[in-house]
Order: sequence, then C-alpha cells, then structure tokens
Amino acid sequence: MIRDHLPVLLVVVPLLAAILTPLVAAAAPRAVRGLTAGTAVATALLALAGAARVLEAGTQRYHVGGWAPPWGIELVLDPLGAFVAVVVTGVTACGLVYAAGFDDPRLADRQGATAALLLLVLAGLTGMVVAGDLFNLFVFLEVASLASYAVIAVAGGPALLAAFRYVVLGSLGASLYLLGVAYLYFLTGTLNVADLAERVPGADAPRLVATAAGLMAIGLGIKMGVFPLHGWLPDVYTHAPAPVAALLAPVAGKVAAYALARVLFSVLGAGIVVDRSFLALALAWLGAASILAGGVLALRQTDLRRLLAYSSVSQMGYIVLGLGLADATSLAGAYLHVLNHALMKACLFFVAGAAALRLGGARLADLRTMHRRMPLTTLCLVVAALSMIGVPPAGGFFSKWYLLLGALGQERWALAAVILAGGLLAVAYMFRVLEHACLEPRADEDHHPPAPRGGRWAEAGPAMLAPMLLLSAGIVAAGLGNAWIVSAVLLPGVAVGGR
Amino acid sequence: MTGAAAWLAGVGPYWIAILLLALGLYAMIAHGNLMKKLIGLNILQTAVILFFLSASAKWRATLPIVPAAGGAAPPSAYANPLPHALMLTAIVVMVATLGVALALLVRLYRRYGSFEEDVILGRME
Amino acid sequence: MIQGHDSVVVRTTVRLLMPWIQIFALYVLFHGHGSPGGGFQGGVIMASSYVLLGLALGRQELDRLISEAGILRWAAVGVLAYLVTGIAALGGAGALLDYAALPVPGLPAVRLRYLGMMAIEAGVFVAVAAALVLIFLRLARTGEGEEP
Repeated sequence: MIRDHLPVLLVVVPLLAAILTPLVAAAAPRAVRGLTAGTAVATALLALAGAARVLEAGTQRYHVGGWAPPWGIELVLDPLGAFVAVVVTGVTACGLVYAAGFDDPRLADRQGATAALLLLVLAGLTGMVVAGDLFNLFVFLEVASLASYAVIAVAGGPALLAAFRYVVLGSLGASLYLLGVAYLYFLTGTLNVADLAERVPGADAPRLVATAAGLMAIGLGIKMGVFPLHGWLPDVYTHAPAPVAALLAPVAGKVAAYALARVLFSVLGAGIVVDRSFLALALAWLGAASILAGGVLALRQTDLRRLLAYSSVSQMGYIVLGLGLADATSLAGAYLHVLNHALMKACLFFVAGAAALRLGGARLADLRTMHRRMPLTTLCLVVAALSMIGVPPAGGFFSKWYLLLGALGQERWALAAVILAGGLLAVAYMFRVLEHACLEPRADEDHHPPAPRGGRWAEAGPAMLAPMLLLSAGIVAAGLGNAWIVSAVLLPGVAVGGR
Repeated sequence: MTGAAAWLAGVGPYWIAILLLALGLYAMIAHGNLMKKLIGLNILQTAVILFFLSASAKWRATLPIVPAAGGAAPPSAYANPLPHALMLTAIVVMVATLGVALALLVRLYRRYGSFEEDVILGRME
Repeated sequence: MIQGHDSVVVRTTVRLLMPWIQIFALYVLFHGHGSPGGGFQGGVIMASSYVLLGLALGRQELDRLISEAGILRWAAVGVLAYLVTGIAALGGAGALLDYAALPVPGLPAVRLRYLGMMAIEAGVFVAVAAALVLIFLRLARTGEGEEP
C-alpha cells in the first residue's frame, strides 16, 4: 500500500514529523533529536523505494484528492526527480544524524524549534521535487525557504542580518518566479507541467513565453546562488549554526536548479533552449561567470566556511553551465554534479563544523595540527577535497569530465577553457585548506592551539563521524559507479524530461 | 471618460501593477533602513498578486457551484476559482514571510539598537 | 509591555465588539464557499480580535486569556487536523485528500467531500488564528531582554 502512495509520502512524512516536534519537545525533550534523525532516515528510505519503483515501472503519477489532472493536483516522480529526491533526502538524513551529535551550547535551548524547522525544509524540498504543476512548486519552494530563513537565525548574532538579507532576496526571487507562472497561466489556462508542455508550443506567443522563462530563471537563480544573484549566500553559510549550514548548503540550491531544469525542459520544451538561443547563452555564460567569480573570491578567504560558501557559488556555476549547454552529455554532467557536489560539500561542511567544535574556531589558521588530533575527520576532508579538485576516482572528476565533453562536442572552446580554469581555481583554494589541515605549522607561524579536551585525541563524536565517513565513501562510490548512474538513471531521465 | 474607463477595463490594472512592482523594487534597493526594505518587499509581493487578480477578474460572474436542484448556467457565467485560490495561497505566503522578517527585525533591533543597515554593520564588529 | 489605551471609549468598545468579531470570523469560515471567505480569512479575523484586545486593553488582559505555549499547541493541532483528514483518506483506499474515500460509513460521496472540506477549513482556521496571535505575542514583548 505504501508503494502506491510513495510520491506523497515523501512530503507528508517529514511534514507530519515537523508538526509533531513542538508537541514532543514539550513532553519529552530528549526524544527530539532521535525523532528528527529517524524521520529523515525514513524519508531517505522512502526516496530509495521510490527510485526503485521508478526504475522498474516508469514515471509515477499521483493524483491528490482523486481528481484527474489537469484539474487536480498531480505529483510526478520521474527518473530524474527520483534521483534528486534520493540525493536530497540522503544528504539531509546524514545532516540530521550529524546535528544530533553536535553539541553546541548556543543551540541547546532551541532544539525543538531547530528540529521542526529543519524537517519543514526537508518537506519543502521533497515537495519541490515531486510537484507536478508550477504553482505547487512555488508553494513548496516558499515552505522550504521560509523554514530556512528562520532556522539560519536561530542562534542569533551576525546570522540575523544574513538571514534578513536572505529573506528579502529570496522573497524577491519567489515573487519573480510567481510572475512568470502568471504569464504562462494566462497564456494557456493551465498550470500542470505535462499540460503546459502540450499547450505552450501551440500558443504562438514567443515573446511572452521568453519573458516568463526569463522571470522564472531569475527567480530560481536567486535561490540557487548563481553569480550575480549570490549576494546572500556567503554571509548565510558563514554565520548559520554549523549543522544548519551543513544541511542547507548542499541541497537547497540543487533543488532550485532541478526546478529550473524542469521548467525549461519539461514545460517550455526544446524550443526555448535551442543552441545559442538567448536564454541558453545567458545560462551558459552566467554559469561560467559563477565558476570564475566564486573560485577567485574563494581564494582570498581566511574563514573556512566562507571559503566553502564561495566555492558553492563556483560549483553551482557548473550545474548552470550544464543546463545552458543543453545537450544530453552536458545535462548528464550537470545532474551528476548535483550528486557529487551535494556529497562533497556536505562532507566539507561537516568537517568544518567538527573542527570548529574541537579546535576552537573555523578559520583556516585554526585548522593547524588537525591531522594529528582529528585523523579520521582529516581523512574525510582529504577525500572531499580531492573530489572538489577533480581527482579520479573521486566523483567530482567525472561530472566535470562530462561537462567538458559536452562543451567540446559543441565546439565552444571558451566554455571548455572556463571549466578547466575552474578546476585550477579549485586546486588552489582547496590546497590552502589541505595545507593548513595536514601540514605542520611553519616555524615562524604564531600558533596557539586551544587545550584539547580529553587529552591530545580530540576526534569528533561518533554521531558526527559516521555521516562524514559515509559521505566520503559515497563520494568514492559515486565516482566508481558514475557510468552506471549516467546510463541507467540520468540519460533516461534527460530523455524523458529533456530535449 | 470613456477613454480612461476603457483603459482601466483593459490594460490599465497591469500597468498599475507593474508600477507598484517597480516602486517596491526601488524601495528595496534605495533605502538603507531595513524596515523600509521590508515594506518595499511587501509592496512588490502585493503588486504581483494584484497583477494576477486583475487578469482573473470577471464582470458579473457567479459562484462556480452547480445548484443541487439543477439548472446550470452557461460556463461563461461562472467565475474561475483557480486564480483566486492561488492568490489566497500567495497572500498566506506573503503573511508568513512578513512574520519571519518582522521577527528577525525585532531581534536585530534588540541586539544592535537600530534599523539602519550601516549602523548595524558598524556595531557588529 | 503594551499598556492599555487611555480612552475609556476605546476600551469599552473593544470589550463589546470582541465576541461579535469572533462570531463574524466563524461566519466567514463556514460560508467560504458562498462568499469571500474560508479558513484562512476566518482565522485572520479571529486573530485580529485577540490582537485588538491586546492593543486596546493591554498585554496583561491578553495574557489572562491565552498563554504562549498553549497557543503553539493549538497551531499544531490545527495543522494536524488537516493532515489527519488527508491521511484518513489514505486509510480508506483513496489518494491523499480524497474526501470521498474517508472511512465514515453511511454518507454519499458528495456529502463526504463537503464534510472533508469543512474539516480541513476548520483546521486551517485554528492553525492560522493561533499562528497570527503567536506572532503578535512574540513581537509585542518589548524590553524584557529575552529573545523571541
């Protein structure tokens, strides 16, 4: 029976848990962390079951309320959506297990609120993935966004201003997206993605459709953090509490990118993103600008989390570049990068949080002697860094490889050069991190390590270590298995929802 | 007055909505006071909702419910409930955003004593 | 702490009006299908009655009627009512929110759909009223040094 309702359960389970959390927190405060992590793991299992079902039985369509589309609300789980759902729920489950083991005194008295909000973010993100019409996409986008605005500011301090800026910019983006939806609705009379795909080509209003597409792209671009719409991103991921940043950074932008891909390819069809059309050029070059700008800005950072935030802008640029190139190989590379970047960014943020807890701070200078005092964490850092740089067999290499193949196949040498330049920038900034973490301090360097708790061995706790190790293993597995993922999941997904 | 009435019945509301959108956007960009930025955001969101509603308003339309006793009117006599329901949802989203933003502003004021962005940034160091 | 309004006219009027505002809120809830209204609008009007009370008569009067922790629980109960109605439809072998499949015996499908819609609107009413009152309560705490 559960198998029939999988698409809707992906949303209902975290939503129900989010509503029950304040009640549980009032009755049994210690159970909150377990409830939250358990719900996230259950949702991840549901996503895996959904992916298995889609791989064997094709796209799953669910009619809410029993009403047939296009009059009723439809939830769709297609191969690409199932893939993104697995990535999002899996990384969130790791993040919530990590959060359960993260004992930060600033968050201690707000556990119930933080847990409920994080579960709401999960419900919003899974809702965005399964939404079968444009307006429900907006609603779930806002559910996830509002919960994330609140959870970032839970601990106060500089996070408050960062969260306010995020509120203003994010709501602007959502409003622009809604305006684009309005244009499409009044052109065709429907909001359902499948129905729009049939009606938009025949409606013969190219300027209206282009305007709508542009509005939606800008709106979702703000949520993704693409240059130049990334202004909110660095402050948010620097000042948010570590488990919150670790949970939001890897997944939130990805789902917005998936939503943009859905809008461009499923709704508007091949016509809008043909080779060298204005929208395709804009996406490709904004992606390229993100890659370079994010990488260059990351080079100058002294705070690890700020560096990771700019690195996220850069890596998001790869995904947008893939969407702009818009052929099968580039799209496969972009979606593979969704998986790889989620895994490696989550692992890096986990490491940053653990280092901040145990070593006293999150600046690069605080990472000195980490390899001696937190060896397992350093191992995870090295694996994730290698993936960022693009060293096989870590997964990051393969997604950039597919993107490069796509760019070369279209003979766009400048974009290929940008992809390579981005790789070099990643080498540069990740090497700074590795140098601080893995090598002894120079003789002239002023280094005062804080007194380690419990002797010289200051490794992170098991609840924090286990997700980190799991993600590192996942990075390598994603690299080794990339051929299977691309051929079995991504290329069929691109064919169904793509050109 | 026919000209103005025709404009209002035709594309007028859309121009007004876009004007409000531009006003809201300008307020968000131009002011350094966080409360004024928030008000600008509110105006912008209201403008989008107004745009949507202007396009879905129908003169002398009735409820889209078929009477149990029979006697359904021709389809053009009924109002389309979908855009109105959508805009209600959008208004709820707007209210929730306002709630979150106001809570953040209250905490910011208590912590830093001002609504001006540069004053807050100055006091943060 | 919000003090009450100085004018006795304001205070008396609010005291007299408050129950009528709440009845109007319930009317708006139950007539949502026939005239502008429904769960959200009724909830907002209900919340505004409490906010009016707080603004006119002072925070202490409001605290006598409602407590913050209790209000949060009401909000959760409202959303739970919505979700439970939707999930009950799953139990009756239908899709989510398919009210015709609600496991209530002896009623035709049309009646079941009507009752299902009424149930979720009532849930929305309670949740929205509670949430807005809670926002007001949290924002209206001035100068007490505690983070909302």
